[in-house]
Amino acid sequence: MAAGVAAWLPFARAAAIGWMPVANCPMPLAPADKNKRQDELIVLNVSGRRFQTWRTTLERYPDTLLGSTEKEFFFNEDTKEYFFDRDPEVFRCVLNFYRTGKLHYPRYECISAYDDELAFYGILPEIIGDCCYEEYKDRKRENAERLMDDNDSENNQESMPSLSFRQTMWRAFENPHTSTLALVFYYVTGFFIAVSVITNVVETVPCGTVPGSKELPCGERYSVAFFCLDTACVMIFTVEYLLRLFAAPSRYRFIRSVMSIIDVVAIMPYYIGLVMTNNEDVSGAFVTLRVFRVFRIFKFSRHSQGLRILGYTLKSCASELGFLLFSLTMAIIIFATVMFYAEKGSSASKFTSIPASFWYTIVTMTTLGYGDMVPKTIAGKIFGSICSLSGVLVIALPVPVIVSNFSRIYHQNQRADKRRAQKKARLARIRVAKTGSSNAYLHSKRNGLLNEALELTGTPEEEHMGKTTSLIESQHHHLLHCLEKTTGLSYLVDDPLLSVRTSTIKNHEFIDEQMFEQNCMESSMQNYPSTRSPSLSSHSGLTTTCCSRRSKKTTHLPNSNLPATRLRSMQELSTIHIQGSEQPSLTTSRSSLNLKADDGLRPNCKTSQITTAIISIPTPPALTPEGESRPPPASPGPNTNIPSIASNVVKVSAL
Amino acid sequence: MRGQGRKESLSESRDLDGSYDQLTGHPPGPTKKALKQRFLKLLPCCGPQALPSVSENSVEDEFELSTVCHRPEGLEQLQEQTKFTRKELQVLYRGFKNECPSGIVNEENFKQIYSQFFPQGDSSTYATFLFNAFDTNHDGSVSFEDFVAGLSVILRGTIDDRLNWAFNLYDLNKDGCITKEEMLDIMKSIYDMMGKYTYPALREEAPREHVESFFQKMDRNKDGVVTIEEFIESCQKDENIMRSMQLFDNVI
Repeated sequence: MAAGVAAWLPFARAAAIGWMPVANCPMPLAPADKNKRQDELIVLNVSGRRFQTWRTTLERYPDTLLGSTEKEFFFNEDTKEYFFDRDPEVFRCVLNFYRTGKLHYPRYECISAYDDELAFYGILPEIIGDCCYEEYKDRKRENAERLMDDNDSENNQESMPSLSFRQTMWRAFENPHTSTLALVFYYVTGFFIAVSVITNVVETVPCGTVPGSKELPCGERYSVAFFCLDTACVMIFTVEYLLRLFAAPSRYRFIRSVMSIIDVVAIMPYYIGLVMTNNEDVSGAFVTLRVFRVFRIFKFSRHSQGLRILGYTLKSCASELGFLLFSLTMAIIIFATVMFYAEKGSSASKFTSIPASFWYTIVTMTTLGYGDMVPKTIAGKIFGSICSLSGVLVIALPVPVIVSNFSRIYHQNQRADKRRAQKKARLARIRVAKTGSSNAYLHSKRNGLLNEALELTGTPEEEHMGKTTSLIESQHHHLLHCLEKTTGLSYLVDDPLLSVRTSTIKNHEFIDEQMFEQNCMESSMQNYPSTRSPSLSSHSGLTTTCCSRRSKKTTHLPNSNLPATRLRSMQELSTIHIQGSEQPSLTTSRSSLNLKADDGLRPNCKTSQITTAIISIPTPPALTPEGESRPPPASPGPNTNIPSIASNVVKVSAL
Repeated sequence: MRGQGRKESLSESRDLDGSYDQLTGHPPGPTKKALKQRFLKLLPCCGPQALPSVSENSVEDEFELSTVCHRPEGLEQLQEQTKFTRKELQVLYRGFKNECPSGIVNEENFKQIYSQFFPQGDSSTYATFLFNAFDTNHDGSVSFEDFVAGLSVILRGTIDDRLNWAFNLYDLNKDGCITKEEMLDIMKSIYDMMGKYTYPALREEAPREHVESFFQKMDRNKDGVVTIEEFIESCQKDENIMRSMQLFDNVI
């Protein structure tokens, strides 16, 4: 029941008077109107903008937020109004829905913002009025495509270790950029397609005379060479087709697809030619078959996105093309008939029949004008000129539609590519912000511990290092700290260059990764090959790798200088910390710094199980969602030794 | 593009074969329409109700109605004329104006509003009867005054007033008596509102039987028609009817 009609309910009930005298049975009791409230105005304050409406207006839709008692949660006792901290622009549309019963979608509004608001107020978007529904659906579809695009590219870069060989092969075929082998295959097939097409073309070029016979085309002169080339190309194509057939997830669907048909048609003539003998009667048919070899050029559409878009455009403009064809056919028949009868009188006219006039009409309408058939009578010339004028018009009309379709699809594709390119930079910036926040926790913890340490040692300096954090931040940190205490574990910040999924990685040690590296290395030093910077002496592979790793790491932080400096400062902080609490023999050499950093672990675990610290592994760089092709880190040791992120490795820190 | 082409071509063909006057939108000549009406009157299927308006005419009518904006008399006058309080009138007017911004309801609009309360059945016939009952000056439209006057009688009037109003509703040709045919039409329209899916299923003879029982109750002198006096007298004697009339006291 529409909203406004609810106001007519008293009328409908009154109209029932017509039933009363004819009714044979007694009527049921009317519902009692309990608290017969007078209709009152209620004030809705949305982010400062006040809207007023009757209470009954809102109650027209009792299953929405404003129509039910849910709005009581937003009632502000002091100001006696309902306060919503939402967008007032969209609220205008929402309130109009209650008033008029029609929900409109404003064009300037972002679709996801609008959807969010509707969800908040409990209104289903399906009731958007017809006037705005088309626009809404279009925008929603675009948004969904964008999301799917994002998801796809994300999924592509996620690790899917459970892909079978067949699936990897299919993925390699579909996206050549996934592995180098696929890329090589892609270029090789492209090269052979080009070779094959050029061969076909050159075959027919006249190649100079052989003494004693007429001019031969190259194909017949060097038939053996061309045959070998052809064989090679067909071999490659056959192998490729069979591989694709093997890898296809749904073989039946693959066989039916356009590209597979093109593949088959491209290689069929060769095999048929092999099978067929050199009979005179069948060789004619065989020659015709060779024409199909030119279809190999369509195989290029796998390599060119523009071609694919063109094909898709033509498919989507099928109705426009059909209309063009139909109107052209109509015009051709009309003009051909007219020209035939106009030219019938003239002697030796080329317009021998109406079908013969078709040729003239087509050539004239497309403004080709070969001149092999020209009208001679005056009437013929008049109609001929009308024909050419109308031809221009008829052809020019549907073409813009096709062009605009192509342009739209092409730009959509461009947008998708642009989004993908922008995404990397965008995610890098988001990552920096995120690690900034997790580093903030680390920092504050260090400061906290530092303060403790300083209290122990009594040095008043470095107090300024304690940054004042906001209330929310300190509460958040306290929360994380409580969690650490509860579980007896502590957070580990990831390598800033690695996964953004820092928050989802549980059971981390919230320490410097370098310390982590050192721990790992310490415990697995026997497996660890020392491959880097032999210049650094003493603690062999360990420190060399650490330092080199650290240095290498800093070079890998082009867009996040923040973490680098933070890491350094943290390193120094921890040094000072160590000085404060443990007072070991200090050396300024980096090596001992690294070693001693290990002890930094201990205070974290002091109040819990001391000896064991569950360390988890940072995401191996090869599987970053960004798909950044960073070279495998300088320390492949711990990464190779330690299994994937799914399992937690318990390492006993060597005390 | 094809689909649109088809629609356009249809209208073009109407132009081409001359059955559609492009200037006024009417089929050519008024005489044709009058002939058609007279012919239709002869047919038994068309009852005394108004002929379905030819579509071209209603287009023009709608155009006229939408440019006219009717304003009701002042609130004080309406308060005098009807038995509603000021606040009640305000609420009623707000609802009325919301659905009919032009200030008057025509038959199509009326039917459409009423049908929204009965989604399952076909309430258009009964709505037409109601429209004719509300449209006291028979000008084809119900203004707010008519609307409120009718409601005032039904909801705030005495029982006799209400019975009078009901009689007026049943008397389709307003000649002072209800015949069996009129009653049959009314009964059918009421049954139509129930729709096809009822339990027990609607039988063909049910309206007729209902009419028979009604006449048996109401028609005192068995002359085949029910006059107003017979009607009121019989209703006053029927306890059910009397009780049901009191249902309307608390509607607003």
